[in-house]
Amino acid sequence: MSFTVKLVSPERVLFEGESDMVICRTLGGGDIAFLDGHAPFLGALAIWPVRMKTETGEISFASHGGFVQVGSEGVIVLSDVAELSGDIDVERARVALAAAEAVLGSNPDDIEATSAAQRARTRLEVAQAS
Amino acid sequence: MAGGQERILRRRIKSVQSTKKITRAMELIAASRIVKAANRVHAAAPYADGITAVVTELQAAGAGSNNPLLTPRPNTKRVAQIVITADRGLCGGYNTAVMRAAEAEIREHEGLGREYALFCVGRKAEGYFRFREYAIDAAFTGFSDFPLYEHAREIAAVVAGPFERGEIDLVQLVYTRFVTAGRQEVVVRPLLPLDREGFAQDSEGPQAGFEFEPEPERILEALLPRYAEARVFAALLNAAASEHAFRQRAMKAATENADELVLNLSRIMNRARQDAITTEIMEIVSGAEALAATGNADNDRLPTE
Repeated sequence: MSFTVKLVSPERVLFEGESDMVICRTLGGGDIAFLDGHAPFLGALAIWPVRMKTETGEISFASHGGFVQVGSEGVIVLSDVAELSGDIDVERARVALAAAEAVLGSNPDDIEATSAAQRARTRLEVAQAS
Repeated sequence: MAGGQERILRRRIKSVQSTKKITRAMELIAASRIVKAANRVHAAAPYADGITAVVTELQAAGAGSNNPLLTPRPNTKRVAQIVITADRGLCGGYNTAVMRAAEAEIREHEGLGREYALFCVGRKAEGYFRFREYAIDAAFTGFSDFPLYEHAREIAAVVAGPFERGEIDLVQLVYTRFVTAGRQEVVVRPLLPLDREGFAQDSEGPQAGFEFEPEPERILEALLPRYAEARVFAALLNAAASEHAFRQRAMKAATENADELVLNLSRIMNRARQDAITTEIMEIVSGAEALAATGNADNDRLPTE
């Protein structure tokens, strides 16, 4: 059984299609998977890949925060910054990760660098999964 | 000399014609951009709708009763205007209409004894208010014809700071709403505090049993800034589409005016040329007559018979 998944960024609808299962990670709540007929759900997303199982395979994208809404019309992911695996610049993500880790090495409490590193790791993971 | 006038007119016609080429080009560029800008307005709608739906659900679940972004202040002392104009002119009354509306809004609140704060988007608004010696809190320029979400984020962040600290009690957006390619209107919309009523009306009653993760209050905390950004972004996109529509109309009128000007100038030029020719013929004829009258008396070199 499949349901509709919509990935919406502020600028446009990035992805709309059928999926059998959506897996994402909520803030502080850990991973959660949605199948067809899931109870209405609202969550804030962590900086983590969102994965969708479809008939043709798995699609994943990097979601840097955002929200997920599960209702009668399917799953809607609202993400301020979301990148499909094909759009990710691996080289840039590596450089960003190295830069962020260098900052963290000298100052482990830097919030900015912590989330930068997390974003870069999420990007790399999504890029490598495809 | 009459020939001099003709030359001056010819030069003016040429300059009007080259200006016409420019206005025509600008008209065509603006016309093609209206469509793109209007598409961006529509493309951004799903996100704004989605965020609104989520906020509605959270409110139905009882969250946000004491969130500062949702609570109207009992006693408004300072009102901020975010004035969205273009970076460039040559778009008819687009900029002046927005700036006049913003100024009227400031006057009105001053009449009620409230101070103003001013956030200018677009070079035109900045220039206008700076010239009139208003205190500008912040100005954002360089993206009026193609705003990105980052720009909206930047503006929202700059405005939200003083609002949360209580330095500003009300934030309004003044911009031109893009209704259709043929119709745009200047609107003044409240941005902060976010309109609680707006959410309540949108929902058809609370849907049963939403699960929340993390708890509603925390989701709302993360969500409201995004909601404000989406509102600013929608305003920027509307303004950009309106700007292109205004520019297209203004340039179309300018091209038509140039056509008319060329027609009138050519008429005047032709008349001047005719006058010059007539005068010249008159001079030759009267010269010949005078020569003939005197020439007959003492020599007959001219073949008079």
